Amino acid sequence: MTFVENLTLFVLAAFVGYEIITKIPTNLHTPLMSGANAISGITLLGSVVVAGSGSTTIATVLGFLAVVMATINVIGGYLVSHFMLDQFSHGGRN
Amino acid sequence: MTGIIGGLPDSILQFTYLVAGVLFIQGLRDMTHPRTATRGNKISSGGMFLAVVVTILWFEVLSPLVLGAGLLVGGAIGVWLAVTVETTEMPQLVGLFNGFGGGASALVAGAELIDVMESGNSLSVGLASTAAIAGIIGAVTFWGSLVAAGKLHGVVGDSPVSETVGHGIKVLFLSAAVMAGLFLIVRPGTFGSAPLAAWIPSYWVLVAAASVLGIFLVVPIGGADMPVVIALLNSYSGLAAATTGFVLNNTVLIIAGTLVGASGLILTVIMCESMNRSLTNVLFGGLGTGDRDSEDMEDIYEGKITESSPEEIVMLMETAQRVVIVPGYGMAVAQAQHAVAELVELLDENGVDVEFGIHPVAGRMPGHMNALLAEADVPYGKMRELEEVNPTFSQTDLVIVTGANDVVNPKANTDDSSPISGMPVLNVAEAQSVAVNKRSLSPGFSGIPNPLFAEDNASMLFGDAKESMQGLVNEYKDATS
Repeated sequence: MTFVENLTLFVLAAFVGYEIITKIPTNLHTPLMSGANAISGITLLGSVVVAGSGSTTIATVLGFLAVVMATINVIGGYLVSHFMLDQFSHGGRN
Repeated sequence: MTGIIGGLPDSILQFTYLVAGVLFIQGLRDMTHPRTATRGNKISSGGMFLAVVVTILWFEVLSPLVLGAGLLVGGAIGVWLAVTVETTEMPQLVGLFNGFGGGASALVAGAELIDVMESGNSLSVGLASTAAIAGIIGAVTFWGSLVAAGKLHGVVGDSPVSETVGHGIKVLFLSAAVMAGLFLIVRPGTFGSAPLAAWIPSYWVLVAAASVLGIFLVVPIGGADMPVVIALLNSYSGLAAATTGFVLNNTVLIIAGTLVGASGLILTVIMCESMNRSLTNVLFGGLGTGDRDSEDMEDIYEGKITESSPEEIVMLMETAQRVVIVPGYGMAVAQAQHAVAELVELLDENGVDVEFGIHPVAGRMPGHMNALLAEADVPYGKMRELEEVNPTFSQTDLVIVTGANDVVNPKANTDDSSPISGMPVLNVAEAQSVAVNKRSLSPGFSGIPNPLFAEDNASMLFGDAKESMQGLVNEYKDATS
């Protein structure tokens, strides 16, 4: 049953995503791209969920590097989007 | 294995994930209008913060010290990159970020496998498949994105490898990666009873093969097609997250991953349509190199090019009631957006109806021109999309094209054999007069000449976009003061 439930969620999310994203104007596609990019940092959760406690040095090193890279992606992506969108709202006030 | 709040009922974790999923969806909904978009981005990042924090507190991943250090270092690098980037370099930065996200997945999956082995737990099919998926997509995304960012930045050239050899290499390394993944999941045959240590190497074989695949996927693709590739890689990374969500029964991964997958795919399709090319064509075939047309160029341009000066264009501006400005990548490279914005402001103050006509693939990313113009404080309401602005050119007195070429090439409508045939273009020649600001008559990315430059109502203002636009601003100030 779980697979069907997950599939239901996937299909519904795909429709919701399609409906919303096709309504985003071309002007906002660049911030959308970096914002979506930041959201894709969610992959890290998947790995975190099954990850152990970093009992060996090599696993700790790999885990550390992964956290660094994922954080760059998430923080950097959201910030870049924020700066771009901030400029749009300035322009919009004129 | 459980963290600080891991003892709480499972439904609390699930409920928090639901809230995070709703925040992502609401965040995207707010992106449908520039006024609410900033809020949307904040809401979405709030969802991410919630999901990450609750997961870290629930499952003990790394020692708090290592985790904290990782977050600090990554956060500092992310902030530094985001603060120092120029708007023109935005596309390669987004590509780079995308690659880091992919790389992180591949690394954590490897770390997990090692941990499972050390702790003597058995490797479930679920974990093995998650690791295989994360490893393949992560490594392809990491290397593919690095190559894409390198191309956009001009540090990676086009591939000398022939098409047939290239395809062979891709098939070979994809098969190798999938085989290694299957080995890890099924663990068949002779080592059947061997400890997991015997199978861990197959994960790194998988990562190595996928890395080579990622490089060979992107290297043959032309530099100007990179935005499509970046959107596609972003879509892949989202779908990878969704797949991982299936394996782990993790709802927020399925929702967020699917949203990113959809967004990447939709942007990819929009960009392909704007260039009138199929995705297959972008991924497997480049545009013409221009050799075919080098002789036509003489025929088209010979004796028909009118050279203009800022003074002459300002004279046209003084009598114009409606002016449309068409920006392109040349404007971005020259950082001319501020001069252009100043020009628009002056025209506006003098009661001229002035707007921008923006082609969807002008620049190096979907909506790249809009972001640049917004940076220069151009009002959002002055930016017009192709479908909106095209019918207005016949009532326009003057079009100023700055740094754009292929997106105003009439050959797209008139020449069936042209590589850009059928691509929607801005029909600027319908205006009373057209001033084209360009450094030379050299062809654009598509490598074909542009008959627009030889039209009777068109004149060329040769020179760097920033200097030329500043020249227009100064002349216009003198003329109207």
